[in-house]
Amino acid sequence: MSALEKAFTSRPGKAIAAKAGLKEPPRLRRGRTWPEGAIVLAEIGGGLLAREALARLGRSVESPVVDDGQEPAPGYGSRIGALVVDATSLAHIDQLEELRAVLRPAVRGIARSGRIVILARPAHGDWEQRSVARALDGINRTVAKELRGGATSTLLRLDPAATADDLFSTLGFVLQGRSAFVDGQTWSVGHADNPATGLDDLPLDGKVVVVTGAARGIGAAIARTLARDGARIIAVDIPAAGQALAAVANEVGGSALQLDITAEDAGRRIAEHAARGGGGIYAVVHNAGITRDKMLVNTDAARWASVLDVNLAAQMRINEILLAPETDGGIVDGGRLVGIASTSGLAGNKGQTNYAASKAGVAGLVEAMAPDLVARGITVNAVAPGFIETEMTGKIPFVQREIFRRSNSLSQGGQPVDVAETIGYLIDPGSQAVSGQVIRVCGQNLVGA
Amino acid sequence: MTHNAVVLGGNRIPFAKAGGPYAEASNHDLLTAALDGLVARFGLAGERLGEVAGGAVLKHPKDFNLTREAVLSSALSPATPACDLQQACGTGLETVVYVANKIALGQIDVGIGAGVDSASDAPITVSDGLKRALLKANRARSAGERVKALAAIRPRHLAPQAPGVAEPRTGLSMGEHQALTTERWGIGRAEQDELAAASHHHLAQAWQEGFFDDLVTPYMGVTKDAIMRPDTTVEKLGSLKPAFGGPEGTMTAGNSTALSDGAAAALIASEDWAAARGLTALARIVDAEVAAVDHPGGADLLLGPVAATGRMLARRGLTLDDFALVEIHEAFASTVLATLKAWEDADYCRSVGLDGPIGTLDRSRLNVTGSSLAVGHPFAATGARLVPTLAKLLHARGPGSKGLISMCAAGGQGVVAILEAV
Repeated sequence: MSALEKAFTSRPGKAIAAKAGLKEPPRLRRGRTWPEGAIVLAEIGGGLLAREALARLGRSVESPVVDDGQEPAPGYGSRIGALVVDATSLAHIDQLEELRAVLRPAVRGIARSGRIVILARPAHGDWEQRSVARALDGINRTVAKELRGGATSTLLRLDPAATADDLFSTLGFVLQGRSAFVDGQTWSVGHADNPATGLDDLPLDGKVVVVTGAARGIGAAIARTLARDGARIIAVDIPAAGQALAAVANEVGGSALQLDITAEDAGRRIAEHAARGGGGIYAVVHNAGITRDKMLVNTDAARWASVLDVNLAAQMRINEILLAPETDGGIVDGGRLVGIASTSGLAGNKGQTNYAASKAGVAGLVEAMAPDLVARGITVNAVAPGFIETEMTGKIPFVQREIFRRSNSLSQGGQPVDVAETIGYLIDPGSQAVSGQVIRVCGQNLVGA
Repeated sequence: MTHNAVVLGGNRIPFAKAGGPYAEASNHDLLTAALDGLVARFGLAGERLGEVAGGAVLKHPKDFNLTREAVLSSALSPATPACDLQQACGTGLETVVYVANKIALGQIDVGIGAGVDSASDAPITVSDGLKRALLKANRARSAGERVKALAAIRPRHLAPQAPGVAEPRTGLSMGEHQALTTERWGIGRAEQDELAAASHHHLAQAWQEGFFDDLVTPYMGVTKDAIMRPDTTVEKLGSLKPAFGGPEGTMTAGNSTALSDGAAAALIASEDWAAARGLTALARIVDAEVAAVDHPGGADLLLGPVAATGRMLARRGLTLDDFALVEIHEAFASTVLATLKAWEDADYCRSVGLDGPIGTLDRSRLNVTGSSLAVGHPFAATGARLVPTLAKLLHARGPGSKGLISMCAAGGQGVVAILEAV
């Protein structure tokens, strides 16, 4: 810790920083915890989907307070934990007023780490309907920026065929503390034959999950979190990281595979290791990645190639082997693939052309693969972390780091577990209807879409 | 009821020169690291195994239960029993044989044979004079008696004593003994340096090919064997001064093993246990034998394994040609060369009770991924290094491929074993 950082984090330092407007960031609710306060359900123009999904989650709901023009504006007696708005029937511009009327009291009365969740349809229909669908996006992003105390806002696009069975896993994730650092985001829920019927504390019980880059940082957190959810972890990392890898594998009761994922036979060796247990692999989390940062004017072919190979090409090669039906120890039908994109990839980042290429490439890859694997029940998704507090980001000079970590709506860096929980949600058997999505875990970072 | 004991794999930490990167680590630390890497590789965290056998040659009195304590520090279930064994440099092979025998007899299903040594953590003891005075003072019944007992301490008693590396009955160090053997068998300098260079080159190539990715787990920032010199040459080795055998000696620091720190462990199980876990059996432990020679009576100290090899091959009806691979522990380059000559020497073989010569080895089958000269030789760890290495090599060559291990040990002893790929 630098002298400047010590001074900043000392008691007088904190007092001065607070006066200067740098307030202590809110403490986020995490884990399998529900909002502290009532869950309020608002249904605009009818629709029972949200009500059914909340019932599936065992949550009772209360009616919304509506701002009907009285002065002073009506409010909630005690703070509410969440507002879920079923806007799946919303089609006209003037119906947006109904949304405002329930949002206004809720935003004012929401508890710390509360949740605003708007359920809508994908853009479809006439010009006005499509325009309104997009308007919701602007509302969601802005509400997320105005919310305080660690509260977040999320917009979910539900396929017209989606049922409560398709929705409950996603709604459970968003309402629970697992989604602590997911803010201002939009993603889609489709329809699928869902093998799960409700939230489970051990959704991955006995399932084999491969995590690459598992020796430290976000990868180790993914291994721990998925093991908590019952998974049998195969922890993969380069041989040189073997000591830390073994410690993680032993801690989570999994096994370690020392492997350079860029090796020609990497997919085969993962399959061989997985075949030991007699079954196949349920999920692969392609977490391993490297950076070789330089401004483009200084980026040579070697820096370019190594980043693209480790971060993108290697997982394509491994997927190909593991998805081949003849591979003993490959991915089972109904399995899960998760890639790690990055806000740098989605928004671009100075000095990271190679990295941005690889990470945007991951986002493109999951979108491309998802429809092709629907028939086998295999979902393919990615998470895109923003600024996460790790050993690696801890090496960024203090002032720069403090700017990065505060450049989002939650005024803090995310924890590795926040990325891990989002991955846990995506590979949950109950998330069968979620595929081809890229979910940012960035606290609504100021950069990027 | 006998069961097949099979080698499933192994783990070791990279070996390093004594006083090097592991200077601050104890035998306990090194052995725990080797066990934890093995547990991780095979997903055994929290499991109760039949038994872990381990040992060290240089051992502190406080480490009387070294292996059991390492098990307790490891990720294995604390209900896993352990024992310490010691057969000098043969320890790591003897622990494997011990576990394999128990499996063969059906007493356990799975176990670990291990070994560790830290020349950095060598026990320093007090002199006999100081020890006697302190014990007498402890027994004293009055202050006067105590003062009198302590007054017997002389300055010369205060010098700490490093563990003896000399043979107690001859007073000669192992290197000095081997120098006699080198001279007697007419082993030249050039062939010793060639063997040493080949050991480094073979080891470096194996590392390069990723052969050790599933046999070694890094430790304390060391990711590869630290003694290995990939770019050494016969010329470079030829420039070193003799270390043993006087000014005309042919044995140097380059063609003798360095004092080393390290630990190794091998996972041994019954075929049934392996099959139930879906684990690949690499090689079956077919047989083993120990032998000893009368080195106080003038026999070559480190040629003990010759008689063991001859007796074991005769019992099995095998010849050297039956072995796809042979591992002869490189205590010194000249030990390996003298062993090969002794195998060919009818008179010598008869002198140790064999019917005739063992035979001539095709040298391309010898120590193909390098051995102790390049890897290092933490005494008790070497056997537990050799077994998984050879098992993996044999498995790659296909079922039925046989391998021979020959290890010399202090006290004129030798431990040998046969593995056969499953």
